[in-house]
Amino acid sequence: MSNGLALLSIFVLSVFIGFEVVSKVSTTLHTPLMSGANAIHGIILVGAITVTDRANTNLELGLGIAAVILATINMVGGFVVTDRMLEMFKGKPRVKKDVEVSGGESK
Amino acid sequence: MSANLYGVLTLAVAACFILALKGLSSPKSARRGNLIGAAGAFIATDLVFFSPGMTHNHKWWILGAIAIGVLVGVPAARKIQMTQMPQLVALFNGVGGGAAALVAIVEYLKLGAGASTADVVATVFTVIVGSVSFSGSVITFLKLQEIMTTRPVVFPGGRFVIAGTLLGTLGAAEWVIHSMGNTSLLVMAALALVFGVLFVLPVGGADVPIVISLLNAFTGLTVAASGYVLQSTLLIVAGTLVGASGTILTRLMAAAMGRSLFGTLFGAFTAKPQAAVEGGEVRSVKSGSPDDVAILLNYAQRVVIVPGFGLAVAQAQHTVRELADLLTSKGVDVAYGIHPVAGRMPGHMNVLLAEANVPYEQLVEMDEVNPTFPQTDVVLVVGANDVVNPAAKTTPGCPIYGMPILDVASAGNVIFLKRSMRPGFAGIENELLYDPKTTLLFGDAKDSLTKVVSALKAL
Repeated sequence: MSNGLALLSIFVLSVFIGFEVVSKVSTTLHTPLMSGANAIHGIILVGAITVTDRANTNLELGLGIAAVILATINMVGGFVVTDRMLEMFKGKPRVKKDVEVSGGESK
Repeated sequence: MSANLYGVLTLAVAACFILALKGLSSPKSARRGNLIGAAGAFIATDLVFFSPGMTHNHKWWILGAIAIGVLVGVPAARKIQMTQMPQLVALFNGVGGGAAALVAIVEYLKLGAGASTADVVATVFTVIVGSVSFSGSVITFLKLQEIMTTRPVVFPGGRFVIAGTLLGTLGAAEWVIHSMGNTSLLVMAALALVFGVLFVLPVGGADVPIVISLLNAFTGLTVAASGYVLQSTLLIVAGTLVGASGTILTRLMAAAMGRSLFGTLFGAFTAKPQAAVEGGEVRSVKSGSPDDVAILLNYAQRVVIVPGFGLAVAQAQHTVRELADLLTSKGVDVAYGIHPVAGRMPGHMNVLLAEANVPYEQLVEMDEVNPTFPQTDVVLVVGANDVVNPAAKTTPGCPIYGMPILDVASAGNVIFLKRSMRPGFAGIENELLYDPKTTLLFGDAKDSLTKVVSALKAL
């Protein structure tokens, strides 16, 4: 099997896995799921690092560095913002949150 | 590190991403799922420095760039208000698409004449779709941030311009594949950026979340295509997972709004221009005081609270819970009617109310709450508009026509907490506001709710 065909097979199988894992998800989780998936495609960072590492000209280096910055923002920011959304689903004691949100009322 | 070891380790990372998506699909495991995904991404980023073939020529540049990315991304994600999360996700998606396009451009510069057609095609695909995702996401950001109008932007002959841009982009792609030149690539990328803008402009405000999800899936596919060119299994798996799950999610969202994806994207072109809202004619509405509202609520048997974007803007989730608790203690049956796309993103309201620790069982989804409206005495609409607008049923051709709505008109009384008479995000007049059984309480949702709560306590 040629390398290209192997990669293509991985692609096709991944399509089915992708369909399968999210086929049933309640509307409650649509937003976090979109945000989490968004963070996962930040993995383009690995590609950005690879091409920057191999850069031979200043143009390639400059574009590569820009790609690394953007991809890092996507990945790191994406996971952090998803975590913040999901944090709110946990039943935590109310007091702390209240103070935080309303800018510290009486407590 | 040997190629085999690296291969096995990246396979483990790919498994992390599958588990992450799986986890995110269920409320109990969602947070853990996200952490698994983050751990996988962290490991993959470390591993790549030890991957076979790394030269480490530009290590410090790369580490510096990562540091900058972290310094920009983390504070942005931490400080953002819950209300602005949708546009932040749009922006993150856009920079991801931009990164993929840049990676593909660098790859293209290196491909040279001996490159296989498959590699060139995959590279061209990534540049185009990544650019579309980037510029499209920027427009969705501007719309959600209300820096530009949230209404569909349609200009004469718009669809021909869009089709022309698309054809131009594809033509340029053909040119790139044949010439392998740099000019052709620049022309193609520029056309793709313009196409991204044109493609999102006609989408009405209420449909923007669907477009974000679609662009998210696009970015996933570009990452997968980059993976093909870079021979990286990890990128293929991760990108494809996002592409596939994003497609499903986009369809689920569109279904929640009762419309086809095609209608969402191109509806503005086929819709008849709306009859201008009768300008000048003053129609009477019934506006009430917080005391009137408190009395209505106090003597109700059953109250359904319908939250919308106004609740998010006013950060009134805690106050609304206080009101609900107070009513419950007075023996009123209280539920929240949650429209799947209330707010700016599907599930937005659930996230917001969960923050205020509203009991899960009080959140009732649209299909379950709709049959109960005839037995409901009072519906309290807090900053929602489009999701309760009967025009979705009665006015063919209006931008939200066909979207399932919360059928609040069948309840005994409807109270709207609104900032002004301004129409909702989709820009459509709401007839329900003029209904005799509707009472309006103008003002910031949090202020109004606080006043109602104190009026209720005084009763």
